[in-house]
Amino acid sequence: MTVSLSLDTSALPLTRQRNLAGRAMLLLASGVALCALLPLGFIVWIAIETGWQTALALIWRPRVGELLVNTLLLEFCTLPPAIGLAVALAWLTERSDMPGAKFLSWLAVAPLAVPAFVQSYAWISLFPRFHGLPAATLVSVLAYLPFLYLPVAAQMRRLDPELEHAAASLGQSPARVFLRVVLPQLRLAVCGGSLLVGLHLLAEYGLYAMIRFDTFTTAIIDQFQSSYNGPAANMLAGVLVLSCIGLIGLEWLLRGGARYARIGSGAPRPAPRRQLGTWRWPAMALPITLAVLSLGVPALTLSGWLLADGDSVWQQGALAASLATTLGYAAAGAFAAVAVALPMAWLSVRAPGRATRFLESCHSYPGALPGVVVALALVTVTVRIALPLYQTVATVILAYVLMFLPRALVGLRAGIAQVPVELERAAASLGRNPARTLLAVTLPLAAPGVAAAMALVAMGVATELTATLLLAPNGTQTLATEFWALTSELDYAKAAPYAVLMILLSLPMTALLHAQARRSLNA
Amino acid sequence: MTQLVISNVSKRYGATAALDGVSLAVEPGSRVAIVGPSGSGKTTLLRVIAGFEAPDAGTVMLDGQLLADGPAIAPAHRRPIGYVTQDGALFPHLDIAGNLGFGLARDEPDRARRLRELMELVELDPAMLTRKPHQLSGGQQQRVALARALARKPALMLLDEPFSALDTGLRESVRQAVARVLAKAGITTILVTHDQGEALSFADQLAVMREGRLAQTGGPYELYWRPTDIETAQFLGNAVLFEARIEAVGVSCALGRLAAETGGRSGRGTIMLRPEQFQLSASGPGVEARVEDLAFRGAQCSVNLLIRNRETEIRFTAQVSSIEPPEIGDTVFVSIRGSAFLLPAV
Repeated sequence: MTVSLSLDTSALPLTRQRNLAGRAMLLLASGVALCALLPLGFIVWIAIETGWQTALALIWRPRVGELLVNTLLLEFCTLPPAIGLAVALAWLTERSDMPGAKFLSWLAVAPLAVPAFVQSYAWISLFPRFHGLPAATLVSVLAYLPFLYLPVAAQMRRLDPELEHAAASLGQSPARVFLRVVLPQLRLAVCGGSLLVGLHLLAEYGLYAMIRFDTFTTAIIDQFQSSYNGPAANMLAGVLVLSCIGLIGLEWLLRGGARYARIGSGAPRPAPRRQLGTWRWPAMALPITLAVLSLGVPALTLSGWLLADGDSVWQQGALAASLATTLGYAAAGAFAAVAVALPMAWLSVRAPGRATRFLESCHSYPGALPGVVVALALVTVTVRIALPLYQTVATVILAYVLMFLPRALVGLRAGIAQVPVELERAAASLGRNPARTLLAVTLPLAAPGVAAAMALVAMGVATELTATLLLAPNGTQTLATEFWALTSELDYAKAAPYAVLMILLSLPMTALLHAQARRSLNA
Repeated sequence: MTQLVISNVSKRYGATAALDGVSLAVEPGSRVAIVGPSGSGKTTLLRVIAGFEAPDAGTVMLDGQLLADGPAIAPAHRRPIGYVTQDGALFPHLDIAGNLGFGLARDEPDRARRLRELMELVELDPAMLTRKPHQLSGGQQQRVALARALARKPALMLLDEPFSALDTGLRESVRQAVARVLAKAGITTILVTHDQGEALSFADQLAVMREGRLAQTGGPYELYWRPTDIETAQFLGNAVLFEARIEAVGVSCALGRLAAETGGRSGRGTIMLRPEQFQLSASGPGVEARVEDLAFRGAQCSVNLLIRNRETEIRFTAQVSSIEPPEIGDTVFVSIRGSAFLLPAV
């Protein structure tokens, strides 16, 4: 084959590169960041507006102290057992030769598919007298354990076995190796997972309202429903945000500057599994007991209610309508969140830097805010500034976008990172113009990440209760709000099909998260 | 006629100058290696030529066609320039046929035949056309990337460290295969690398880059044996430097009188010897030295030698054949093959 020089006789036009795309993205991302600062701005604004004296009077009450004690007790009772169980479960499923480890690791993640308030519905309808702190602790551990298990198990698999071998060769017994080498390396995963669980404990409404355990979030909604947007609710929201910030700060302190990375090159070889010997089969008791409590109890309750009432519960007209509404909200929320997160995701992959990191944290922080705070902020802003938008679909979607922006961002970033800039350059050097490069290279490769981001947001929206209760137009019925209305009337049988539908909608998310945690290890 | 003319190209990133007034002329059909330590600006230069970066100042001209005039540049996708990166940058969502044909028009006649020819050109089995990139080894991926770039019949081929991701054993054979293919196609090639051995064996013209500037350009033999400064001398291989007095014919140093071109200079200067120029013998001729240490490296031995010269001690390392090497503590006689090179005065 001969290759002739392709001499183009016509002159190529020279143009200045103005990096229009980059600038447009920066502008858009800044706009989104400004919007995302709205809830924080709301807290600052009401603090200033209420004034020092009134704020103090509203906050310095026995009632607030009571809520604070409740919240602290809940955190302190839930986190230690959750951490212990997560580490034990992760060790059994990842590092021991327990039979059925793979299946049991799925079972450990599966409770994610059961929305927290459905979990507590299952327990309360089985044990109607189940109330207070013990109930709150048990249900919280069951509902939120996967948030700790997932990162700890992932980290456990990622550990370099060479370190453990080195410790053993330095004369440490297996138990001491675990304490001195393995456990310290789990610190980041434990801290991250605990923060996530802790924030959920602060933000959750349905779970605690159902078993009548008062937290800041339940108190805010009671307050809001009785006095509508009074300064008292706003002040409680302020204290709640402070609690969240305190939690984040605590996690930051505990995590320290530690970064545990492998030194050296090459992929680590998978760690060998420890032989449990005679404990092989008894070891299964722990994961199975947890699965029975977190999955078996909801399954038992739901099937009980469904069987008791037969087919009639499925024939409620409201069921189909609220499913349709939920799907519509989920789709709209997913599209909106992904569209809004796109500029930021693009910037953080293609133009990382200090400004990008700042914008990114503006995008991410609302994920740490309780839905009730986001909702209150939007209520206040719409009522005072843009009344026509109050209790409209647009406002609900905006709340979803703010709450689930971090989820969208994570998925999109991963998707765009699938397309290294070298591939776009390769396409350019092969004669494709930027638009055709986008179509032929960037989009096909980023599509899985975009789809995952949309799915995660959609499934979050599908089971969202708090913000929907506060913001949705009157008469709106989603699966979550309708389920909530029925359980408030103690009509547990009619509520069951709603719970089943919500679990079904959450299953793909659970599978997705589990798969992602596995894949990140192979990468 | 020169094919590629780069004149006075500069490019800054913030406070650092990635390229500082670089000028380079490349003859048609030649193979140029731009070599330098990491951070010397060589990849930036390649990106400016490819059109992925705009220079702040200076021009790039290919076949009489202006490609860049300061910040005004012709878009990368309209330049007749092929580009192969370190990891090949094959599109993971396309099979090998899709990758190879990416730059070809969809309705190109004989598309299938062209693809087969391209595979044969880079010495790959056409049966691989239906595979996905991840099913190929690193060396095979690199050849596909080269064939993909060749498919458009570029006037200039840019290779950005294309062999550095490969295993040592594979690197040599892929490099030879690539050189063969490019020679057959007669395409002007610019290779960027930080591996001086690769540069010396691949190129017929070498450009040494340092801190955004071209320190020296010329043939590989020329640069290896007659570098213009100490940095270039040491970058291209091990170099032993001696202070020397310049005499009427040759130079005089701790190793005695050595042949060297002095170019009419006088006074003192620095000479460079390559370790392989040293010859050791048990009984002269040459200067007496003591073997302080010895490292066996297979075909060759590195010998650390000490010369006591009046009150000064001079230590250096020589490279000698490993057949019957001296032992530590031996006294040997050092003589020099070829002539010493007197480094230009600074």
